[in-house]
Amino acid sequence: MTATTIAPDVIARTQAHAEPLPSRGLLHDVWVIARRGLIHMKRQPEALSDATIQPIMFVLLFAYVFGGAIAVPGGGGEEGGPVGADRYREFLMGGIMAQTIIFTAFGVAMGVATDRKNQTVDRFRSLPIARGAVLGGYAVANLIKALLPIMIMSVTGLLVGWQIRSSIGEALLGYLLMVAFAFAMIWIGVLIGSVVKTPEGVQGIAFAGLFPITFIASTFVPVTSMPGPLRTVAEWNPVTTLSDALRELFGNPNTPLQPGDPWSIQHPVAYTWLWIVGILLVAAPLAVRAYQRSISK
Amino acid sequence: MSTSHAIEAHGLVKRYGTNVALGGIDVVVPTGTVTAVLGPNGAGKTTAVRILTTLVVADEGTASVAGYDVRTSPNEVRQRIGLAAQDATVDPLLTGRENLVMVGELHQLARRDARQRAAELLEQFGLDDAADRVTSGYSGGMRRRLDLAVTLVARPALLFLDEPTTGLDPRARNELWAVLDTLVEGGTTLLLTTQYLEEADRLADDILVVDHGDVIARGDARSLKRQVGSDNVHAVISDADRLDEATAIVAGVTGAEPVVDRPVRAVTAPSADGVANLGAVANALAGAGIAVEDLGLRQPTLDEVFLTLTGAAPASSDGDLPEASGRPGGPPTDLTPPFDTVDGRDPHADRTHQEVAR
Repeated sequence: MTATTIAPDVIARTQAHAEPLPSRGLLHDVWVIARRGLIHMKRQPEALSDATIQPIMFVLLFAYVFGGAIAVPGGGGEEGGPVGADRYREFLMGGIMAQTIIFTAFGVAMGVATDRKNQTVDRFRSLPIARGAVLGGYAVANLIKALLPIMIMSVTGLLVGWQIRSSIGEALLGYLLMVAFAFAMIWIGVLIGSVVKTPEGVQGIAFAGLFPITFIASTFVPVTSMPGPLRTVAEWNPVTTLSDALRELFGNPNTPLQPGDPWSIQHPVAYTWLWIVGILLVAAPLAVRAYQRSISK
Repeated sequence: MSTSHAIEAHGLVKRYGTNVALGGIDVVVPTGTVTAVLGPNGAGKTTAVRILTTLVVADEGTASVAGYDVRTSPNEVRQRIGLAAQDATVDPLLTGRENLVMVGELHQLARRDARQRAAELLEQFGLDDAADRVTSGYSGGMRRRLDLAVTLVARPALLFLDEPTTGLDPRARNELWAVLDTLVEGGTTLLLTTQYLEEADRLADDILVVDHGDVIARGDARSLKRQVGSDNVHAVISDADRLDEATAIVAGVTGAEPVVDRPVRAVTAPSADGVANLGAVANALAGAGIAVEDLGLRQPTLDEVFLTLTGAAPASSDGDLPEASGRPGGPPTDLTPPFDTVDGRDPHADRTHQEVAR
């Protein structure tokens, strides 16, 4: 870097004041901010590890280390379905996919908290952009980001013997359910990112909140093996029903229904969609409010 | 609203809980002029800038910026201003070019125009070579330059710079000042905040001195200095044993009671007669055979400005504060030197107490 790096005379010539330009609309601004989020993803692959490496490790860990000791009830029930350890691996994939979708909130929360901390948010707010463009940009970027682990999970699953045994239509509904749930989790992430004091605080909430939610569920083991009250929690936990819904839609082994199973277990797809709508109706407005409050100090 | 004022704000009040960040200040900046808001950390400078740039809404008062009300027409204001916040807020994971293009597009430039403008600014600010590197690898000076370039993307006629030179080395600071000079020559209106009297003096037509959320003095640099008092004669001698002799000599020449800083063997006294006094002190010290390490005229520091204007040290300042003797408006000769063992108190203790009280 040399001393005469700035050319003031040139600046003077080109710095004639300009009149403001008309707005190009919300979608334009959303996409500009979303592109920034995607560049971040490219430049900071390690921040994606909870959506890439971590689920692969969980698949391998449960498929080959714990899996042999976990029995999925009803083995051999389906015609031509997998048996034994293969059966558990197919059962596992719906759970791991669900867990990965839930963890979408982490990345979003970290991004929001970091932008608040380093005043990037102020920069955006000092610009003439459409109302809602910043949050819209986060949402779009993170939705695109969420597609990556979904693809990685599918490929990893195929490698360990997972298969889609249903129709194409049902499989597509399965992927749609994942994307929709990821979209809902984005708003939980915005909420967390807006209420924490520092980005480090996100880790704490993640371990205290999201982690137990993904384990007290049918993610890795059938809920039928859990003691009474815990089983009830797990049965109504949307992570259970997301896992079960994916197993159902992909035609994978699942815990057979028993008389007296709650509605959530009997209709996991519908129950999970209700949660998606519920989160979007409740958490999204709360997230927007919390976000607005956190940035206007 | 008069169009001859780029900024016109009256009675701005902002409270955070029980803490009053701004106590009802007026800020009027005529178009094409430079105003500096001078004050210590925590005085309310940044809060004022944040209100005027639409980032926070004032609890009371009105503000119109570039002809628009910041409360009712924030986007009209945002279209017409550039803001460089206190910490350069360039995106660390984006390259310099990507930062500029993004802001250009958010200023509603077409992609191609945003790219062209980015290339132009990168060249002007000497960032060509670093244009396609991520800014987390930039030096502090480069980041500041990029930050300023980012504020200029839309060619605004009104710029807000919050402590633009804090943390810059002297060369980078001079460079930045040169750019600001150029912009001002081109007709840009500038409002900047600073902790340095020197910077306010160098750049501004008008200076607002703020403390505890209130404007405690305003005027151009000359009138402000008149209020603050004259330059000081400042002598550092080589031999600590002869400090008392030197003090007597300085007192004799200036007719004021000098401030003595024993650990650094320094004698300071206000000099009504500037250079003439300086010469006389030099001659007298030489005549007495007292070896001098440093001798010169020194501008009043921000601390001294505050001491004179408020009779108290600023609310919180990064510098070493002399302890005030507490008489409001008292002349600088009332200073007790920072480490003189009058009663053995740590000068910082007083500051902490003030902060708690606030």
